[in-house]
Amino acid sequence: MDTKRELVDLLLEDAREDTETMARQLGRSQAEVEELLDELEAEGSILGYQAVVDWGKVDEDHVTAEVELNLELDRDTKYTQVAERIAKFDEVTALHLVSGDYDFDVTVEAESMRAVSMFVSEQIAPIPEVTQTVTHFVMKTYKNRGIEFTDRDDDDRLSVSP
Amino acid sequence: MKLSDRATSTPPSGIRRFFELAEEMDDVISLGVGEPDFSTPWKARSAAIHSLERGRTSYTTNRGMFDLRAAIAEHVTRYDLDYGAEAEILVTTGASEAVDLALRAIVDPGDAVAIQSPAYISYGPGVRFAGGDPLPVSTRPENDFVLTYDDLERAGAAEAEALMICYPNNPTGATATASELAEIAVFAREHDLTVLSDEIYAGLTYEGEHTSIATLPDMRERTVVFNGFSKAYAMTGLRLGYALGPSEAIDAMNRIHQYTMLSAPTTAQYAALEALQSCDDDVAEMRTQYDRRRRFVISRFRDMGLDCFEATGAFYAFPEAPYDDEQFAEDLLHDQGVALVPGRVFGEEGYGHLRVSYATGMAELKEALNRIETFLENR
Repeated sequence: MDTKRELVDLLLEDAREDTETMARQLGRSQAEVEELLDELEAEGSILGYQAVVDWGKVDEDHVTAEVELNLELDRDTKYTQVAERIAKFDEVTALHLVSGDYDFDVTVEAESMRAVSMFVSEQIAPIPEVTQTVTHFVMKTYKNRGIEFTDRDDDDRLSVSP
Repeated sequence: MKLSDRATSTPPSGIRRFFELAEEMDDVISLGVGEPDFSTPWKARSAAIHSLERGRTSYTTNRGMFDLRAAIAEHVTRYDLDYGAEAEILVTTGASEAVDLALRAIVDPGDAVAIQSPAYISYGPGVRFAGGDPLPVSTRPENDFVLTYDDLERAGAAEAEALMICYPNNPTGATATASELAEIAVFAREHDLTVLSDEIYAGLTYEGEHTSIATLPDMRERTVVFNGFSKAYAMTGLRLGYALGPSEAIDAMNRIHQYTMLSAPTTAQYAALEALQSCDDDVAEMRTQYDRRRRFVISRFRDMGLDCFEATGAFYAFPEAPYDDEQFAEDLLHDQGVALVPGRVFGEEGYGHLRVSYATGMAELKEALNRIETFLENR
C-alpha cells in the first residue's frame, strides 16, 4: 500500500492524530505527511473530518430517521437533479441512491420526531418526482462508522507479563 | 509439606517482581505486557461460542482434532513447512506445553541444552524440569541479537544435545534471515544438535517473510518447530499451540502429552480451526497496527537519544537503558508511572536493555513515550 493510501487508513481510524505521530507511524517526515494531506484535500478525496457522537450520552434531544424515497422520473429529469435538491437541506445528513425496492436512502436528523415528520411531509414529500416516503425512526444505535456504542472494556491484561 | 528440590530451587521470575511493583501504583501505563491488546477475532470467538452451544465439550483425540491438524498443515505451507496432519503435528495447550513436552521427550538427565540469550523466561526452567542443564548462548547487540556460529562456538554449545532458538524473538524483537539461520544450521549439523525452534511470533514479521530453520537443508529431521495462536491471533487466554516435527519426535511428545494433558482444550481447538479458516484478514490488520506502532516507538526512542536497534518482529522494541536497566525501570515506574521490563530478566545479555512492548493502543503509547522523554529530560 502506498503512503498516501496508508495515511487515509490512519485518518479513518483517528482523524485527530497529529501529523508528527502519523509521520512516525508511516516512517516518513512530518513535511511529507503534511504535503500528502494537502494533496488528499485538494483533490477532494478527503472532504472533511467529523466526530462520531453517541447522542444518547449528550444531554440534548436528537432524533435520526432513515427515510426511503421512491421517485418517478420523466425524460428530462435525472436522479442527480432530484438528489441535489434534497441534499441541500441541513436536516439531510446522508443521501444514497440504492438498489432494491426504493430509490433514495435518506438520513434525516433533527431535534424531535415531530421535527423529522414535519420535515419529511413538508419538504421532501411535496417534491414532484417523489411518489412515496417511508420513514424509519432510529430507536437505538449499536455501531456507527466502525465504532461500537458500548461501554468501553477496561484492559484486563496483567500489567506486566512475560 | 515437603517440597521437591525441583520446585524450591527454581527462582521466581523477575517479571513477577515488576508486576507486583506496578500493581501497587495507580495510573500506570504498562509497556510491560507480553500479549496482544487486541481481542481474539470475533469469528474465532463466535466459533468457540457455537461449539459450546452444540455441547462440544468432550476430550478430543490426544493429538488434537484431525480437521485442526489438517488446517495447521495447510497453514504452515506459507512458511514452506511441509508436515503431515496424521503423524507430524501435535496440538498442545499453548506453545508452552509444546516446548515442555519437547524438552521432556528429548532431554536426558545431565544433558546440556544450549539456549539463545536473551530469550523468553521459560526455556531455562523448562530444561531444568526435564533434568537437563541450560547453557545460555549470548547473542550480541552488534549482531542485532541474531545468534551466530561464533556465539555458539564460544559458549561451548558443541557439547550440548539440543539448541533452543526463538525468532522473531521475545524480548528483543529480532528476526533472523535465511542466511543467518543457515549459520546456525551448519553448527547444528556439525555437532549433531536437535534444534527446538520457537516460532510463536512468526505471523508478526514486519520486514520480509518469516523463515523457519526447519526449511533449511537436512534440518527438518533434527528440528521441532513450535507455534500457536496466542500472538498472531490474539488468543493467549485460549491456550492453544502446536508442535511440528518428524513423527518419532511427535510420537514421543504425544506419549507424555497423553498422560499429562490428554488433549488441548476443545473449545479453543474450535476457535483455532475457525481462526485458520477465516481470520487471515484480522491477523493482517493487527500486523499493520503493530507495524505502525513499531515505527513510532523506535523513532521516538532514537530521537530521545537512546540506542534502539531496528526490531522487525514480535511486538517489542529493545532500546538500550541510559543506566542500569533494573534501576532505570524502577525509577521510571516510580517517577512517571510507566512500566517496562528490564532486559536482565531475560538473561545476562539483556543487561543494559529494556523490553518495551508496543501491544498497547496508540494513545497510551504516545503518553508513555512522552513520560519517558520527560523522565530523561529531568534526569
